[in-house]
Amino acid sequence: MMGGLTLTQRQGCNLGVMTTEHAIDIAGLTKSYGEHIVLAGVGLSVPAGCVFALLGSNGAGKTTTVKILATLLKADGGTASVNGYDVAAQPAQVRESISLTGQFAAVDEVLTGRENLVLVAQLRRVENPGGIADDLLARFGLTDAGGRRVATYSGGMRRRLDIAMSLIGNPAVLVLDEPTTGLDPQSRIEVWHTIEELAGQGTTVLLTTQYLGEAEQLADRIAILHQGRIIANGTLAELKALLPPTQVEYVQKQPTLEEIFLAIVGHDRPRLQGPNR
Amino acid sequence: MNTDLLHDTTVLTRRSLRHILRSPDTIITTAITPIAMLLLFVYVLGGAIKVGTGRYVDYLLPGILLITVASGIAYTALRLYTDISGGIFERFQSLPITRSALLWSHVLTSLVANLVSLALVVLVAVAMGFRSSAGVPAWLAVAGILLLFTLALTWLAVIPGLTATSVDGASGFAYPLIFLPFISSAFVPTSGMPGPVRAFAEHQPVTPIVNTIRDLLAGQPVAADAWIALAWCVGLLALAYTLAMRTYRSRLA
Repeated sequence: MMGGLTLTQRQGCNLGVMTTEHAIDIAGLTKSYGEHIVLAGVGLSVPAGCVFALLGSNGAGKTTTVKILATLLKADGGTASVNGYDVAAQPAQVRESISLTGQFAAVDEVLTGRENLVLVAQLRRVENPGGIADDLLARFGLTDAGGRRVATYSGGMRRRLDIAMSLIGNPAVLVLDEPTTGLDPQSRIEVWHTIEELAGQGTTVLLTTQYLGEAEQLADRIAILHQGRIIANGTLAELKALLPPTQVEYVQKQPTLEEIFLAIVGHDRPRLQGPNR
Repeated sequence: MNTDLLHDTTVLTRRSLRHILRSPDTIITTAITPIAMLLLFVYVLGGAIKVGTGRYVDYLLPGILLITVASGIAYTALRLYTDISGGIFERFQSLPITRSALLWSHVLTSLVANLVSLALVVLVAVAMGFRSSAGVPAWLAVAGILLLFTLALTWLAVIPGLTATSVDGASGFAYPLIFLPFISSAFVPTSGMPGPVRAFAEHQPVTPIVNTIRDLLAGQPVAADAWIALAWCVGLLALAYTLAMRTYRSRLA
């Protein structure tokens, strides 16, 4: 089971080793709307196989950066490449290499979960769309719900379906734009486990989030985007080193309300299963 | 390239047709207003309207068909707006597909939905006594004009569908189009209208289109109106298509 792999052991994400293989390369990226500057020269590189968190508050430019990577927006200046393809010059190849799940789960509510998966499989032209849909439904614990319209799904189920849809065609880079925004605590943990298991399988993940704990929990590397610039970039340990040295204090730790909530309602969540069901 | 467009358009059209099948109320709602007008004008007001020797329902139907299309394309804009505001449009755009397939699928869906609504309205008209002496070529010509008109208005509807910021904005643009037939030869002959109103009525697109369809359904040879009708439809289509495509591309800037 891949879920047993801890983050530091992740294969393929060569931390500290300078490799030439970057799944995402961004340099000097700028974008403004009239007078309003959204990106003021963003630069970052995501090594292949890593989970990279782009951390920032609302309006910091996370979604704009992601949209430029997914060829949904054009940058004013700078360069960005995905899997070695330039977003401006080779948009078709970029779209083959990247999969985006938006901030608001972009699923078709009128269709069933299975129909959503088949639709994307047909558009990505993979063979046997129905079989792929069934496999993904099983992997994401949605087999029973697969025949129901998505309008009846919970927030966590929608987000799982959303992520399942973005895995079709095995894109090299998965971009998750605020994957847990608006989810209840249980659904958030479900999504976290999903991301951890994907990362364990070697998918490069660019994750944007405004939750610090989420970046700390999931990411190999973290960049902080603030007012259109990257103001910090490194592993969690490197970022911690920027702060004053650790002080030892004795505190009595009360359970947080979230811990109480989860203890009372339980941790039931569907586990990701292997692709062979 | 073209086979890609065909494949992607087919897949996406199947999706939005499934939407219509699962909420057929949009087709019924589209047909209800024109049918209500048909009933109102034939059975309430029609007795007082003099349009010559024929049945009033025969006179009225062409204009009602145009109103059907004008109200039907409000849903075209609404479906597009819903896809965009819901985020699924961006998901499709981020996939390796031919991007214009996204618009074409909505356009084809609009044609199918309007065709079904038009058929419903014609069936009701037949039940109310509408009869036509037109042969197959004339019916085909009627279908062709209606198809061209629907296509032109559909591409027009794509623009608010792409740019609207609210549901009302996405569907509201259709109201002027629905009322345009009232100031035309659709309900009463233009000859009885006062000067400026008559001038407007005779020089707006609805009048020549209505006259052409009316002549065709009556089994009569079409007048010069047919060419004017065709010119309006093709001109409107070219303009709407150009503007819609420009709007679509500017979304990605």
